[in-house]
Amino acid sequence: MAYQFDFAPVLAHTDLLLQGAAATLGLTAAGAVLGIALGVLGAICRAWRIQPFSAAFGVYVEAIRNTPFLVQLFFIFFGLPALGVKLSGWEASILAMVINLGAYSTEIIRAGIEATPHGQMEAAASLALNRAQTFVYVVLRPALARVWPALVSQVIIVMLGSAVCSQIAAEELTFAANFIQSRNFRAFETFFLATALYFAMALLVRQLLMRLGQRFIVGRPR
Amino acid sequence: MSLVSISGLHKHFGTNHVLKGIDLQVEQGDVIALIGRSGSGKSTLLRTINGLESIDEGELVVDGTALHHGEGDLRALRQKVGMVFQQFNLFPHLTAGQNVMLAPTVVKKLSKKETEDIAKEMLLKVGLSDKFHAFPDQLSGGQQQRVAIARALAMRPKVMLCDEITSALDPELVNEVLAVVQQLAAEGMTLIMVTHEMRFARDVGNKLIFMHHGRIHESGDPRIILADPQTPELANFTRAVM
Ligand SMILES: Nc1ncnc2c1ncn2[C@@H]1O[C@H](COP(=O)(O)OP(=O)(O)O)[C@@H](O)[C@H]1O
Ligand SMILES: [Mg+2]
Repeated sequence: MAYQFDFAPVLAHTDLLLQGAAATLGLTAAGAVLGIALGVLGAICRAWRIQPFSAAFGVYVEAIRNTPFLVQLFFIFFGLPALGVKLSGWEASILAMVINLGAYSTEIIRAGIEATPHGQMEAAASLALNRAQTFVYVVLRPALARVWPALVSQVIIVMLGSAVCSQIAAEELTFAANFIQSRNFRAFETFFLATALYFAMALLVRQLLMRLGQRFIVGRPR
Repeated sequence: MSLVSISGLHKHFGTNHVLKGIDLQVEQGDVIALIGRSGSGKSTLLRTINGLESIDEGELVVDGTALHHGEGDLRALRQKVGMVFQQFNLFPHLTAGQNVMLAPTVVKKLSKKETEDIAKEMLLKVGLSDKFHAFPDQLSGGQQQRVAIARALAMRPKVMLCDEITSALDPELVNEVLAVVQQLAAEGMTLIMVTHEMRFARDVGNKLIFMHHGRIHESGDPRIILADPQTPELANFTRAVM
């Protein structure tokens, strides 16, 4: 007998799915803002070889890029309590996302900084700007503008990757879907809708971030 | 005392001895044209004068701010010396007005009103008061270079350095930039410019310096020494470029 599709038992839990989706977006927003801020800090230390921070960020970037996100998350949630740091599922999720995105965005933004034409630095120096002023007013915005599409893609990757935060009971979209299908045994319908929601959110977040980038980083709305 | 005083200045890049003992006095209001073959050290000399290159040996004093053997307050020096580059080097994310306002705002910490007034004044001086809100990529090369001049002037430097500022321009845009420089000279600005525009050097400059292999090989009144070079090197050079 063919499988009878029935979405009604899932749609009965629409509120849970939407709450989960909102939680995923919230995690992503917090992770993106703090992760990119961390990335800017790491990138300047790496690009301008500000020691000892440059070396420290180098080790951090390699550690994060060469280990699974799920393991990083488990380490923070299950491992850190051994050191007396006990975090809730939400706190651990945000921290893991910030640390993960911080590492990738360090490398992405560093590439943007290193592509700064030498003449820009010379012009800033000739106007008597110091190094910090040169970075903030001359280097940063064009560097971010250069790598913005790559940075947006990385944010999306982290958003989709946040699905694993369900494993430490952060009640985001995947957690909600899992909960619903364990109640109604409608795995296909439930995960079909969850997949569609992730897809829509990814498109939405990409559009939004590209627009924000055009407006505030490139500086000229098109 | 001279506005710019350079004595016994040496500069090496690794084993390349680029400046081999430069002595130069620049008086207030001087307009100095620096000429010479490619690689003779003209750019390096200009760049040492505002501290973009360090000095290995010798002394540099600009309006009382001194560097001895590379030691001294570079940022104080740079506030007294404006520089305009061959490639304009405008900040692409800022409008013309913002380019001019940046240094007075962050270095001199002037108010928004003050820096806006300065930017308007300087853009007017270079004939671009209608381009305050234009971005660099919306301007022609000549206009970008005039904004770069306005940007340097906004710090009210004692001396302006120009390094081949018309070399990257299409021929029809050269004159609008030279006209601005000529007007600055007429207003009494002290200028040191590396240039290949020999007519301009002769007509606007009051002193010409010919550099050769890292030394000042010949110098004097441009009308006199261009007409009658004392060294075969300058004679060869003028024959090649004029
Ligand atoms: N940043 C640098 N590093 C190494 N060598 C340099 C650098 N800048 C200039 N030089 C060398 O110094 C010499 C003089 O260069 P420059 O002052 O640019 O000459 P000019 O402006 O007269 O053409 C050249 O041999 C050049 O290769
Ligand atoms: Mg040169």
